[in-house]
Amino acid sequence: MERDDIIEYSLNTHHSEEDGRKIRKKIWQVTALLTLITAVEIFVGVKFPRYAVSDTTWLMIKFFYTILTIIKAGYIVLVFMHLGDERKNLRWAILAPYGLFILYLIFICLTEGTFVNFSWTNFL
Amino acid sequence: MSAHASHPVDASSLWGGKESPFSVSYGKLMMWFFLVSDALTFGGLLTAYGFARHAYTGEWPASDHVFTHLPFTHAHAPLIYVALMTFILIVSSVTMVLAVEAGHRMDKKGVIKWLGLTVVGGAIFVGSQAWEWYTFLAGPDGDFWNFGPAGDNSTLWYNSLATLRDADGVAILNEHGHEQVGADGPQQYAMFFFFITGFHGFHVFSGVIINIVVLIQVIQGIYHKRGHYEMVEKAGLYWHFVDLVWVFVFTFFYLL
Repeated sequence: MERDDIIEYSLNTHHSEEDGRKIRKKIWQVTALLTLITAVEIFVGVKFPRYAVSDTTWLMIKFFYTILTIIKAGYIVLVFMHLGDERKNLRWAILAPYGLFILYLIFICLTEGTFVNFSWTNFL
Repeated sequence: MSAHASHPVDASSLWGGKESPFSVSYGKLMMWFFLVSDALTFGGLLTAYGFARHAYTGEWPASDHVFTHLPFTHAHAPLIYVALMTFILIVSSVTMVLAVEAGHRMDKKGVIKWLGLTVVGGAIFVGSQAWEWYTFLAGPDGDFWNFGPAGDNSTLWYNSLATLRDADGVAILNEHGHEQVGADGPQQYAMFFFFITGFHGFHVFSGVIINIVVLIQVIQGIYHKRGHYEMVEKAGLYWHFVDLVWVFVFTFFYLL
């Protein structure tokens, strides 16, 4: 008996030779960019270790690393995982809930951690 | 990459069944949902690490000098080995995306080549991490098996990841010119380090296994007969996710 309630299909699983060339070019460009960003991170990491710089410089370096990391992550998710090419509703169904949760989690954990540190330093 | 873009869905039939409103297949959508949940697990672990670090009142190990060794040399090379590992993982992610691209053109040989290289890259990464862990656990005297209550490495298991420094904060070098680990670093640091890099390493390991299984099926021609290589794409999503997690682990453990 043939069942008609199971839909077996796949979408957008093919492209032409010409599209392939364009896609490969983009892939190599992104590869170069990711490598470059990693190299910059390593350079800064070797040149400016934590104990050799002032607190202000370190704070700036921290932001610098964080921004570079998010750029790298963005390229991996949007280009390598093709999320940037999916429908808008799928893109936001994945990014929005996760972004919301993780931002809250980061905020609450770091705030609490800082306060615990403050308490141990001052009241113990 | 317009070729990957979704194909048009008639809005009037969108919720009437038979057609995915997301314009992706069931398997791919479920892979995305799994990856979101897995990302929450890693996000939770890394924010917990952030909590511990902010709460800790003593000196935290300097991240960029956590691992300063290179295989076959006595060189003092902070970050270089980890940078190589990162590069290998990024490249294996690239070969994976090239395998997916070849699959879209029904190029079986191309898929085999790129997917094979991805497996090799993943295996090298896992091996590199094994060497890194070995070096950590062996400690300054280099004797991996000399631990436990009787051995002089007994505290190295969890205490070893801080660089030994003199009063001015300058690292004390051993006779090979290496920085030495073994100052009393916070145990918490080592616990988070081994747990999170270990959890990630296990993901890489399982990713390699999945890729090998998919590779065997590609070679058998199963996907070619099916008419599309979507399974490579799904395995690829998982593999890219593993690379994505490493980007964050690398930043938080080796840079910040």
